[in-house]
Amino acid sequence: MKCDHCDKPAVVHEVVIRNNATQEVHLCAEHAAQRGYQVPAAPVTQLLAQFAGQVPAIAAAARREPVGPVRCPGCGLAFAEFRQSGVLGCPGCYEAFMPQLGAVIERAQGGAVHHVGRVPPRMEGMADRAAMRTRLLQELDAAVAAEQYERAARLRDQLQNLGGGTA
Amino acid sequence: MTGDPIESEACGPQSDVVVRSRIRLARNLAGFPFVGRASDAQRHEVMQLVTRASQGEGLAWVNMAQTSPEERQLLVERHLVSRHFAESPVPRTVGIDPGESLSVMVNEEDHLRIQTILPGLRLREAFDRAHAFDDAVEGRVDFAFSSRWGYLTACPTNVGCGLRVGVMLHLPGLRYTGEMERVKRAAKDMHLAVRGFYGEGSEAVGNLYQVSNQVTLGSSEDDLLHRFAEETVPQLVDYERSARRLLLESNRPLLEDKVHRAIATLRAARLLGAEEATKLLANVRLGICMAMLPDLGLDMVQRLMLQVQPAHLARLDPAAADEDKGRLARAALVRKALRN
Repeated sequence: MKCDHCDKPAVVHEVVIRNNATQEVHLCAEHAAQRGYQVPAAPVTQLLAQFAGQVPAIAAAARREPVGPVRCPGCGLAFAEFRQSGVLGCPGCYEAFMPQLGAVIERAQGGAVHHVGRVPPRMEGMADRAAMRTRLLQELDAAVAAEQYERAARLRDQLQNLGGGTA
Repeated sequence: MTGDPIESEACGPQSDVVVRSRIRLARNLAGFPFVGRASDAQRHEVMQLVTRASQGEGLAWVNMAQTSPEERQLLVERHLVSRHFAESPVPRTVGIDPGESLSVMVNEEDHLRIQTILPGLRLREAFDRAHAFDDAVEGRVDFAFSSRWGYLTACPTNVGCGLRVGVMLHLPGLRYTGEMERVKRAAKDMHLAVRGFYGEGSEAVGNLYQVSNQVTLGSSEDDLLHRFAEETVPQLVDYERSARRLLLESNRPLLEDKVHRAIATLRAARLLGAEEATKLLANVRLGICMAMLPDLGLDMVQRLMLQVQPAHLARLDPAAADEDKGRLARAALVRKALRN
């Protein structure tokens, strides 16, 4: 996925909720830094890597770890706090931390990447399936960009299960 | 004494191995932070909304702030609330139905923890009961839900259908044949959690284990329930029964010794701790299920296993709240119940 402001690949993905309207933000490292997001800086990573003598491994790990917003705009929970406690702050955290959280959930849930089963009556319907399809496609892009090929394969399977015609 | 399982109607199907079935649904109200991040005012509002939405469901509500430590311990021993809920400092309440098969914790880790417990292997029935309550409440409040992740929960390990399916199993056969570690490893590979008597972090006192699913995302409620109730549990029950048969054939004196030593101790002891009583009663339970103690009923021993727990004992005899007096009272209670 490309940056909203240039053609470079986006490394920060965020869903901003303002006045009950959601807006997605995708930024490259440069534009993310300009807007105050914390993106791992290459020189520091390299320095650490050289110190550890493991340049390729750490660089690869850094590439694979998706970067997202630091705090949930809804409840103010920092992703680092979630890392410590394992508990999210509000339902909005799932959307807000999607880039980082997706892989965490997948690991905890035996590789599952989306809900199957009961849907509240108010949520039943086609629009919902379409929204899920869009989101899965975005995650597929992000997974490919981050070289998470196993995850990408699972997301592709889920998309196929959703069915192109009905979405 | 062929090793054919003896079941008690009061204790439910397959009660020689399955002590009880438990279903738990995790739900959160849309528009509120999860319990850990909510203000006390929001927690009170959640309590109000849930109790109002549950009107007509026949639950009696217990405001935990108005309970004594002994009453909270009593609820834990009856498995109506979690230890975490009992000890939590936040405003919280629990709704309990008259038969004590359904309990709804409000402001545990999630806004609602809907739980049903039934004796023996009755997971489908337990699920239907929890589901009916879930349905009724969902018609009156909106639960936090995402089309991608399903029902949203404070901890992502519960996200999806929010359904935890579990059984308490009595597995002395597997323990005494040294197979338990292998079963635990296999369970882990199948994404099942195996825990002790009181859940997370507790020990398997009396060879009683709680087994439940760990994955809540990516399977429908029906699939999850079917796999667990129709495949996983029956397999574990078969393993345990085979182990018991094997023990009878290969080392009958060992088994008989454990059972008769347990009943003799219980009938003679003047001082009994809760843990010791539970361990010994579990061996008596095994003896009854293996037709070694024809004069005793499984349901009576099952009831006794609850009555010897500290808060229950103190309820029967307030003086027993003191630990030493409790040991004395516990031994007297057990001797009376198991009198020849």
